[in-house]
Amino acid sequence: MAGIAAGGSRRSALAPWLLVAPGVLWLLAFYLVPTLTLARTSFATGDLPWYDGYQRAFTDYGQHMLRSFGYALTATIAAILLGYPLAYVMAFRADRLKNFLLGLVILPFFTTFLVRTFAWKTILNDGGPVVNLLGTLHLLPADGRLLNTIWAVIGGITYNFLPFMILPIYVSLEKIDRRLTEAAQDLYCNQFTAFRKVVLPLSLPGVLAGSLLTFIPASGDFLNAELLGSPNQKMLGSVIQGQFLTVRDYPLAAALSFALMALITILVVMYARALGTEDLA
Amino acid sequence: MTTEKKGAVGTRWTGPMLDVYAGLVLLYLFLPIFVIIAYSFNKPEGKFNFVWKAFSLDAWRDPFIYPALVEAMKLSLKVAAVSTSVATVFGALIALALCRYTWKAAGPVNFLLVLPLTTPEVVLGSSLLSLFLQANVQTGFWTIVIAHIMFSVSYVALTVKARIRGFDWTLEEAAMDLYANPLRVIFKVTLPLIAPGIAAAAMLSFALSLDDFIITLFNAGSRVTYPLYVYGARRAAFPPQINVLATVILLGSLLLLGATVLWQNRRLKEALTGK
Repeated sequence: MAGIAAGGSRRSALAPWLLVAPGVLWLLAFYLVPTLTLARTSFATGDLPWYDGYQRAFTDYGQHMLRSFGYALTATIAAILLGYPLAYVMAFRADRLKNFLLGLVILPFFTTFLVRTFAWKTILNDGGPVVNLLGTLHLLPADGRLLNTIWAVIGGITYNFLPFMILPIYVSLEKIDRRLTEAAQDLYCNQFTAFRKVVLPLSLPGVLAGSLLTFIPASGDFLNAELLGSPNQKMLGSVIQGQFLTVRDYPLAAALSFALMALITILVVMYARALGTEDLA
Repeated sequence: MTTEKKGAVGTRWTGPMLDVYAGLVLLYLFLPIFVIIAYSFNKPEGKFNFVWKAFSLDAWRDPFIYPALVEAMKLSLKVAAVSTSVATVFGALIALALCRYTWKAAGPVNFLLVLPLTTPEVVLGSSLLSLFLQANVQTGFWTIVIAHIMFSVSYVALTVKARIRGFDWTLEEAAMDLYANPLRVIFKVTLPLIAPGIAAAAMLSFALSLDDFIITLFNAGSRVTYPLYVYGARRAAFPPQINVLATVILLGSLLLLGATVLWQNRRLKEALTGK
């Protein structure tokens, strides 16, 4: 943070430590320590080699991992395609409706996420209006179903995390100085070029933040796959939950969980590098 | 509109097309909510409220006939109340420290705050469970509360921080120069300044706690919160009362949100007129 906080020099250097102590200790005890415990659990294979959990995680559940990342990636791209234009309209075209639209975007948070996912089950049900409409347009797969398909699962995931994509993009668009686009147009940029050369680059931090807020939870999500999909769409989160809570193969479950986190971290760093922005906070 | 405003973006054709597209996206966001509300008035055939049968007010007349559902809702509200109170205090203190002081540990503290937000819930839940297993802690009410405080602290701290960044802290010094004692400064200057940010963060934290499913699933033991009840309901029975409660939560949050906006406007007026 730039600048010198007022009065900082006058106060004792102990004050900020005391202020952050309860929260930071809580996070250390119940975020950092558990993560380390998880790592330890993943190696606690008994007589088997230490990497046994990881070996089984990648050989037996590699496809679930790939599927989870594939679904999360597709949902993230879909959320950008759906969310960016909406955020753009909110920031540049909505005028006085801006705050109202913002309220509409966060409204879904106020109904339980699980109940909303069940509502999709109703909407996509066989014989429902959506299935009938798409059926008439011959847009459905051969068996004429939407529920229990990959499309229902990805649609559900996209839906769940869409507001997390819209809000950061909106914030970054909102911050853009309007005079910049005017200047671009004065310099004979057409509207599309002005967007491509000025607005889009300046909104990339928002796209980055939104993508992370979508991709990360989406890759660990399993409710959409469980409620809207069939066993063919089972995601890694389901496997982790089953191994932890039902099978109780803790080393395998911990290895799966830890591998998921490590892979996400790698992907996130690569993505942040590619977009050229690294301040996520 | 015949002429586009200067700086407004979109040509005669692309502009309205964008608006229509945005409207469709909003419709996508709202479709399930319409369905939830509509199906609270359904009289389902059989135990599962997934197919429309007939309009009825039965569920609204007897929202509490399923004791397990009521218990689950009570537990969720209790967990949310306890975890929000603690997380709001912890998070607000961190935000204060980060905004008030230039301090070499600010970077690491910020990083620690962001970490839980960039960890999938399934990892947060499973790692906490592995801690409780190793420490031989029986999972139940308090482990749910611990988990909820953990993920709420970050949200609270970051929300409050965003709201109070750029405040004029010299106001505090002015108060002290005018011989206010430190307690008076805190209650008359600091708290009123940061209160709206804290209220927003507390509401967010409450909503997140009420809504959390994945982390709770791992750390609930035999306790059943509202989301866990709904999850279990997919196998046994899914009565319209679930939709009634979801609708009530929605209306309650809207009222609360409206009240907060009014309150903040009043505070602003008070601050401006010096009362």
